[in-house]
Amino acid sequence: MDKRELHHALKILPEVCIGCSNCMRVCPTHALRISNGKAILYPNRCIDCGECYRVCPVNAIIVEQDDFNIIFEYKRRVALIPAVLLGQFTEDVTTDDIHTALIQLGFTDVFEVENSADFVGEYINKYLADPDKPKPVISSFCPAIVRLIQVKYPALVDNIMLLKPPLDLSAMYYKKMLMEQGVGEQDIGIFYVTPCAAKIAAVKSPVGEDKSEISGVINMDFIYNKVLKVYKNRDKEYEALNRETACNPKNLMWSLTNGEANFVKAKCLAIDSLDNAMEFLDKVENQEIGDVDFLEIRACDESCAGGVLTTGNRFLTVQRLKSFFNDEKVNYDDDKANISICDKYRDYLVGRISVEPIAPRGIDKLDDDMTKAMKKMERINRIMCYLPGIDCGSCGAPTCQTLAEDIVHGRAAISHCIFLQKTMEQIPMLNPSHSFRIMEKIWGKERFQKDCSKAKTYRIRR
Amino acid sequence: MQLEYSIEGGDFSHAGFASSQVKRVLKQLNVDPKLIKRVVVCLYEAEVNVVAHAYSGIIHVLINTNEIVMKLADKGPGIPDISLAMQKGYSTASDKVREMGFGAGMGLPNIQHNADDFKISSNVGEGTNLEITIKL
Repeated sequence: MDKRELHHALKILPEVCIGCSNCMRVCPTHALRISNGKAILYPNRCIDCGECYRVCPVNAIIVEQDDFNIIFEYKRRVALIPAVLLGQFTEDVTTDDIHTALIQLGFTDVFEVENSADFVGEYINKYLADPDKPKPVISSFCPAIVRLIQVKYPALVDNIMLLKPPLDLSAMYYKKMLMEQGVGEQDIGIFYVTPCAAKIAAVKSPVGEDKSEISGVINMDFIYNKVLKVYKNRDKEYEALNRETACNPKNLMWSLTNGEANFVKAKCLAIDSLDNAMEFLDKVENQEIGDVDFLEIRACDESCAGGVLTTGNRFLTVQRLKSFFNDEKVNYDDDKANISICDKYRDYLVGRISVEPIAPRGIDKLDDDMTKAMKKMERINRIMCYLPGIDCGSCGAPTCQTLAEDIVHGRAAISHCIFLQKTMEQIPMLNPSHSFRIMEKIWGKERFQKDCSKAKTYRIRR
Repeated sequence: MQLEYSIEGGDFSHAGFASSQVKRVLKQLNVDPKLIKRVVVCLYEAEVNVVAHAYSGIIHVLINTNEIVMKLADKGPGIPDISLAMQKGYSTASDKVREMGFGAGMGLPNIQHNADDFKISSNVGEGTNLEITIKL
């Protein structure tokens, strides 16, 4: 088991949280509870998918990023940008404009993450050709999916592809290139502009590798605002730097749904959004899926175009990126005509493309000891006989089942259930003022006071 | 600990329900994922057999710290020649069942391959009984 502390990019600001429980209800791994009127996170269950961030009505959940000014600690400041950044803006903002704005913001170099996508694609095909790899091989691209498998589908960790994604390869490539130009390693800062929280967690506490090549991570919504401001304030003499991206359009599609699958020359499926991913992984775990070699699975709807830190509408982003394809007349499917830029440092990169096997971190086990786990399960089943089974969430846990588990783990009491409170008041085993105090303890005193601001706060974000 | 499920013949849309539920329980009991995989394969294949060939069936799963025993008893046509049924690729599945992607004749051999202990008995015209054991 991985003993290192897990880094979560998602943080709850207790002073901002109003304890509305929206986050608790959407969390796919049941990592959130409400206590004292605030959302609390069970870190070992969190997979950094960011679903909670999307639904928070008061922005009490934040994605922690590095301070932008740390880029100036380096002489060469490389902005490693994913293609979805290029798809955030309207048609009139060109790729050159975006590159130019990033240079004006203080970066010395701008490089698309997807530059190494074709190279990674080539090695995925080699990986799939190995008969010893358990099939279906599951892509390691989406860190939220890797973490989802670790915690919810531990039997499938061996199916996760042990290759680094284009992000790491591109970082290594660019660093190597600068070093060959004579730039000292300590002078190179590589900053990734991330569309999601999971990528931050992957950089800060990587799974299956010792350390990441990335010096820092900056949120895409932050960069979006900065780039747009620079672009809007351009003066009459403004001329975009002619910085044609070397990245071919097929590469640029990598982070969209099917982007990775398009490189794979074996039977593969592309799945996006967490609900779809969990439905399918359940079937894979049940051995119901045969005859599939490769699964591209991403946690967000429309893959990275739907990342929680993107500003643009995900469907428009996809459309924008696809339009790059139509502008070109080159046949990018012809492998011979296109040699990856990574070819220059092939041996160097191939020596570093693999990651270590990934350890399971199953969260479903009730106890390490099976006898104790069986006792706990019997207790949970007994408790379930009394709970109403409507998953109302009034107890501060997302479902009746999770409340029963929390009770058995000593984190909650049976009297937290509002239905059982009513029953106990009838017998009478519980005094009404005591049961009122219990609810205040879960939801906070304010929740029981008249508050006319709810109509405003409780808007639906999505 | 004992779990019980019933299966209806011909109901392919619910085939796999029992194996899914048992999987969930075993995960909670911290059983080694590799063993869970074998349990799930055996139970799923056995469930599909009942759905594909029999009229109805009952599954009993007994779990203790030494072993997991799955007992399946069905009411159905029974198997006239068990040794033939145990051969890889032998199948009496109807075209309808094959069209749905089942009936490749790998079910029983696959169960035997994954089980530590496997017992099968059948009475023609009455039904078939399986007892599958996986040691922990």
